Amino acid sequence: MYVYDEFDRTFVKERVNDFRGQVKRRLAGELTEDEFKPLRLMNGVYLQLHAYMLRIAIPYGTLSSKQLRMLGHVARKYDKGYGHFTTRQNIQFNWIKLEELPDAMADLASVGMHGLQTSGNCIRNITTDHFAAVAPDEIEDPRVWGEIIRQWSTLHPEFTFLPRKFKIAISAAKADRAAIRVHDIGLRLYENEAGEHGFEVMVGGGLGRTPFLGKTIREFLPKRDLLSYLEAVLRVYNQFGRRDNIYKARIKILVHEIGAEAFSKEVEAEWAQIKSGPLALDTITVADIVSRFQYPAYEALKDETEALESAKRDKQFETWYENSVAPHNQPGYAVVTVSLKPEGAPPGDATAEQMEKIAGLADRFSFGEIRVSHVQNLVLPHVAQRDLPELWRSLDALGVATPNVNLISDIISCPGLDYCSLANARSIPIAQGLTRRFRDLEKQRDLGPIHINIDGCINSCGHHHIGNIGILGVEKNGEEVYQIKLGGRSDSKAQLGELLGPAVPAGEIIDVVENIIDVYVELRKNPHERFVNVVHRVGLEPFKERIYAAH
Amino acid sequence: MPLIKDGRIVEDRFVRLDEEGPLPDVVPVLVPAERFLGNQAEYLAAKVPLGVLWPNNKRVSELEPYLGRLALIALHFPAFKDGRAYSQARILRERYKYKGELRATGDILQDQFLFLLRAGFNSFEVKKDADAAAFAEAAHRYSIFYQPTGDGRTTALRERLRRFHANKTSASVPDKEHAS
Amino acid sequence: MTSPLQQKFKVNGPVVVTANRTTDGIVIYRTANGWSAKIEDAAVAMTSTVALALLKDAHADSVYAIGSYVAPVEISESKEIVPGNLREKIRQAGPTFELPVSG
Ligand code: SF4
Repeated sequence: MYVYDEFDRTFVKERVNDFRGQVKRRLAGELTEDEFKPLRLMNGVYLQLHAYMLRIAIPYGTLSSKQLRMLGHVARKYDKGYGHFTTRQNIQFNWIKLEELPDAMADLASVGMHGLQTSGNCIRNITTDHFAAVAPDEIEDPRVWGEIIRQWSTLHPEFTFLPRKFKIAISAAKADRAAIRVHDIGLRLYENEAGEHGFEVMVGGGLGRTPFLGKTIREFLPKRDLLSYLEAVLRVYNQFGRRDNIYKARIKILVHEIGAEAFSKEVEAEWAQIKSGPLALDTITVADIVSRFQYPAYEALKDETEALESAKRDKQFETWYENSVAPHNQPGYAVVTVSLKPEGAPPGDATAEQMEKIAGLADRFSFGEIRVSHVQNLVLPHVAQRDLPELWRSLDALGVATPNVNLISDIISCPGLDYCSLANARSIPIAQGLTRRFRDLEKQRDLGPIHINIDGCINSCGHHHIGNIGILGVEKNGEEVYQIKLGGRSDSKAQLGELLGPAVPAGEIIDVVENIIDVYVELRKNPHERFVNVVHRVGLEPFKERIYAAH
Repeated sequence: MPLIKDGRIVEDRFVRLDEEGPLPDVVPVLVPAERFLGNQAEYLAAKVPLGVLWPNNKRVSELEPYLGRLALIALHFPAFKDGRAYSQARILRERYKYKGELRATGDILQDQFLFLLRAGFNSFEVKKDADAAAFAEAAHRYSIFYQPTGDGRTTALRERLRRFHANKTSASVPDKEHAS
Repeated sequence: MTSPLQQKFKVNGPVVVTANRTTDGIVIYRTANGWSAKIEDAAVAMTSTVALALLKDAHADSVYAIGSYVAPVEISESKEIVPGNLREKIRQAGPTFELPVSG
């Protein structure tokens, strides 16, 4: 985990003071709401339906136990005792008072946390693989590069007032667990034929009203050029991205309108000018960042095959183990996913108590480290295999050991109309209904991996375009109705889903999803053929027939 | 509107010309880009200090041939949220080495001062008196900077390395205080 | 963007003016001469002229309240003011499911 030094700590404190002054000016009437809004957004403060919402950055999804405990404290002291982990590896609190915000931020700053760049038209919190540095299929720790980008982009004087928000994701593994192709910039760190590590740079991915997958504008970018190249991309976007229409302001539209080739040319011309300037990353600079990452002092352990076999005689443990435990790159260790998707609960919510206790478990079993995944679960990344049974019992007691990771009830959902002022329809109650309908875990396992994503409006914070089943709430004559997309995926074979047909009323959506699943079960060649593969093999027709024939 | 230049509230000595009207020959003038680009020769030959008011949707590379002659370039922020002129400023300062006055005009609040300074602006037409009065404080709200720009402020990365080496020579342990 | 005051709107049925309170963000309603957190205190307008007047007063108080706008309400048989659509119901009564509770 990256350890803040006095520079970072001073900076975060200065930030809190800056914001404290801005809040004071607002409350005294010296700033109008129009003036204040971009300032509060720069600190992650939104106004939702019932209150202000504070979104806190969790850079590349890594938290220390101390930080998670502090989040629990903030939830208790300034909010209603819970928080919501988002698809961008952030956390948000829904009930914060503006008057108390500077104090909440000061508390967060004491553990190096802040809401900077979690909203507004700037470079947002960098996201990456939640299995970074522990995944066996990774070539190096992508968080080092996430940290380098984080520092460079922090209050960037040139790129804080972009046409629109800007999201960067990095992956350094074979499997893409960071959905890099639906980001404004996706960076894939890989080894080329010459054995050097560098980045494939994809630009212009994004969801929302006009979904696009990112287009590769550079096949191989040497690591030393990462920042200068990013600066070139951002400079082109800052100057030429559209500002006349909020729906056309993302970089994807610029790339689409002028074409990836012309865009790439413009970037290369700019890059040529700054490439050998002060942004070039020499090895000492990178080594300095690397030195500030602390890695666990792993014990020399062996894989605990036998002990685990005997523990697995407990069927419940076995189920959980098979579902929620992933391989670690160190022998004798494992990566544990903590499910924040219990039956009937809002996906991604955690109570203060859960945060505090999970922090305690991280101290005992995971070298004090926790990850947040973009599917709104938590991860304990460094668990000794011998501790798994005990950890499982503790997680189970906290209600966070539902063995549904990657299964149909592991739903991604945006907050929707229950919180969000932009929403057209609710999404959380749909998620809750689905987890109840598919409560039978044995049935869920039989269905295999299925990703359902739900959004309350076309902004697509819940990524419905890339859900295997994507559900979008829309409003029609004052009623909530839901559109369905099938066949989307966010992995290395990223693809956008296709619209199934007319929207269905709220009262029918759960049945409709169940019908879709029935069709899948009938059509799969064998129990191992995944839902999304069946959709791609047979197309939408059989699903349409079942859903709409009766109507 | 108060004008701040090089950290102080000052009188604006430039007379702003609009689209029409004659060119005064004794006072410094600030000319809109359109007007300037129509008759560069005339303006460049004028005896007075010359400024150009440049819109944020035109490439500043067009100004390159005239930079030596320009005493002032005013870049425009039609709204607080519209940040195009930050890029223009950096290109003028860092790429074309423009040395004259670089002024921010339009929707300028105290919360932008530091960004503007870092991008290379040295004068500011501020909307509110209170914001102008807050300049000195606002310009020093931060002491840590993470990215190199042409303003010469040292970055956290470089400062760390410097201290690291300084410490090494005095044989002490580098600062590695841990937050967790 | 046109200012809300320049917006033309038709009022078909009862409406109120609502906003969020600046200090803490809670939902508030414009009363005859101020604000209240309770919808039952809201001043109900039946015509666009009255609604516009309420909205104008609300906007004049932009330090206290954010984003004032006109929202539909219904008057129940017992003469209670109730929110006129789902969004307003949720704003008034909170999320439609049980909130997580911490131990
Ligand atoms: S998708 Fe729409 S409704 Fe859902 S959180 Fe995002 S903006 Fe709000």
